[in-house]
Amino acid sequence: MTDQVLVAMSGGVDSSVAAALAVEAGWEVTGVHLKLADTPGHLQVQGKGCCTLADADDARRVADTLGIPFYVWDMAEEFQRAVVDDFAAEYAGGRTPNPCARCNERVKVVGLLARARALGFDALATGHYARVEQGRLYRGADAAKDQSYVLYMLGPAELARLRLPLGRLTKPQVRATAARLGLRTAAKPESYDVCFVPDGDTAGWLERRFGPRPGQVVDTAGRVLGHHRGAYRYTVGQRRGLGVAAPTPRYVLRVEPTAGRVVVGERAELAIGTVQLERFTATDGRPLRPGRAKVRLRAHGAEVGCRAVPLEGPDRVLLELDEAVDAVAPGQAGVLYDGDLVLGGGTVAATGTR
Amino acid sequence: MPYLDYAASAPLRAEALAAMLPLLERPAANPSSQHGQGRAARAAVETAREQVAALVGAAPAEVVFTSGGTEADNLAVKGAVLARPAGDRHLVCSAVEHHAVLDAATWAEADAGARVDLAPVDGLGRVEPDRLAALLRPGRTALVAVMAANNEVGTGQPVGAVAELAHAAGAALLCDAVQAASLPGVDLAGDGIDLLALAAHKLGGPTGVGALVVRPGTSVRPLLHGGGQERGLRSGTLPAAAIAGFGAAAEAALADRKAGAAASLSALRSGLLTALRALAPDLEVNGAPDPPGAGSEGTSPGLPGLLSVRFPGRRAEDLLLLLDRHGVACSAGSACASGAVTPSHVLLAMGRDPAQARETVRFSLGHGSTQADVDAAAAAVAKALEVLAPQQARQ
Repeated sequence: MTDQVLVAMSGGVDSSVAAALAVEAGWEVTGVHLKLADTPGHLQVQGKGCCTLADADDARRVADTLGIPFYVWDMAEEFQRAVVDDFAAEYAGGRTPNPCARCNERVKVVGLLARARALGFDALATGHYARVEQGRLYRGADAAKDQSYVLYMLGPAELARLRLPLGRLTKPQVRATAARLGLRTAAKPESYDVCFVPDGDTAGWLERRFGPRPGQVVDTAGRVLGHHRGAYRYTVGQRRGLGVAAPTPRYVLRVEPTAGRVVVGERAELAIGTVQLERFTATDGRPLRPGRAKVRLRAHGAEVGCRAVPLEGPDRVLLELDEAVDAVAPGQAGVLYDGDLVLGGGTVAATGTR
Repeated sequence: MPYLDYAASAPLRAEALAAMLPLLERPAANPSSQHGQGRAARAAVETAREQVAALVGAAPAEVVFTSGGTEADNLAVKGAVLARPAGDRHLVCSAVEHHAVLDAATWAEADAGARVDLAPVDGLGRVEPDRLAALLRPGRTALVAVMAANNEVGTGQPVGAVAELAHAAGAALLCDAVQAASLPGVDLAGDGIDLLALAAHKLGGPTGVGALVVRPGTSVRPLLHGGGQERGLRSGTLPAAAIAGFGAAAEAALADRKAGAAASLSALRSGLLTALRALAPDLEVNGAPDPPGAGSEGTSPGLPGLLSVRFPGRRAEDLLLLLDRHGVACSAGSACASGAVTPSHVLLAMGRDPAQARETVRFSLGHGSTQADVDAAAAAVAKALEVLAPQQARQ
């Protein structure tokens, strides 16, 4: 029997082409657009964001072009709870979250997979740039677009049912495919980093949410260098907006939300040599064994060689980095690779020098 | 393909198509034009006006053609508000009115200085006249809006009793009969309705045309200005073909009603409910379990072909997707601008919680429905329920 495949269609060019390729593969395809916001006005910035009304319309028209059934599912509550509220709470806790990873984990991929299964679909397809082969997760062919970093939390059960039709394509190839098929999203601009902060002003978004929470900017010796409007406005490695006059540039070394303090220092003090990950999951579902790997600590950051050592306690891993890395904030995702293969990943709990 | 979504839009009746085609094929004709072609178009419009009037017990001169039910409701609500001086712009709407009424009232409150009170309903979705009476402000209330029967759950309303209350307070009664006009039917004069909203496509006419029936003496200000058509209440060139289709559909609907269509639809509905109960014993019916003729004292009967049911633990949009896969068309709540299903305000007003509202599916039957449609729908539901395990813990 033909595979029944649900395709998540955001209304962007990537998921449009993923749907088209799923149809070309001969699968019986159903498109679904996730409505992620209850207040579309907040997200209706032309060409930006991932869940505007125009995006739902684009996805619908692509589905019409492809001749597949199409539905819009309201997942605004889940998105608000699992992604938006979590994003704010993480910043309030002095960490720097990755909302896209969180969204994939709770809503877009894992959540949708569960729902697809419940509806009798054999698989879920998405427009992520990554590859699934023999049940393992690999980097996408387009290094500049690779999104394996935000899919690290997938385990064997999910990977067995996830199809990523764009894995072997580059972005220009995807756009060319969209143009060839006459999809109206072919020339659509890239979506914004954080879809629910459409103007990109995360600090302003957080301030509107939490109100001002003034506190002190201090150096590592505890000397007060200045004042700030809210510790949530700062992230490790940040240089701007400190309001501190110093002979050499000062950088945020850490954020202490309970005390309302932002600790700053010299650039050299940002260097870290070890990273502790929590909530680590392996893509093969097995316990991690001590060994060498490469780690990526930022969506499009460089990778660093490391030794990964499982720690006592559930799902905790210590990474001993081969070389010092600057500005790693708790809350970021740390993802382990072996070549193109994604071994797994977790959330940065703490960092240390060596 | 089994179509059980008549309440969303009914298939075009053959009579309506037959009435429209000659007017569509004929050379251009504006019903207001002073030549032979214009007169022919005008004659078609006036025939339709009589047919529509006959459907609801009105006089032809009381029928004002609009672009549909939404415009009719907007004209009634906004037009009645604007006809009153600023201090007397009070509205009472039942909490289960269509959004065309509720959102027009919200507009009036925001932009025309009106005050709006919502009359609560009981667990079956029925307006409680005593509680509505308490909201009236004699001399200040311009309009009371209570629909004939609800589009989501089918519940009939005590229209006659509400009309008496409204009139005693010096208010006009708007009755949205978009769903009920064909079956069980409404009686403008008998029920004391001042403004009555209709939509052609729910009767088996075309989309894009409807009517507001306005009883003489009811003050309504026009919203569209221009050529002064429809006694100045609704300017705009009359779409003769669409109106002719509306009229023919109204005539056919009236003939169906006289031939006892309510009883046969009701029997189909009962059969569907029995079949669904056998598949899902925990199923819950929204509104009256047996609407036709079962209205309590003074309450209009409900929609004989509408069945709103909740499948506990099953998301309605999931059910819909699976039914759609089997070619069965029905509906769940109302859709927002993006097309997502949102919890129905009607079910919330009836005391359901949002999660329960999201588990509700509406099957609606009409003039072309057959036992085969009901059987196919029940078979598709059986397959869908096999796939969908009830969600253990609702969030």
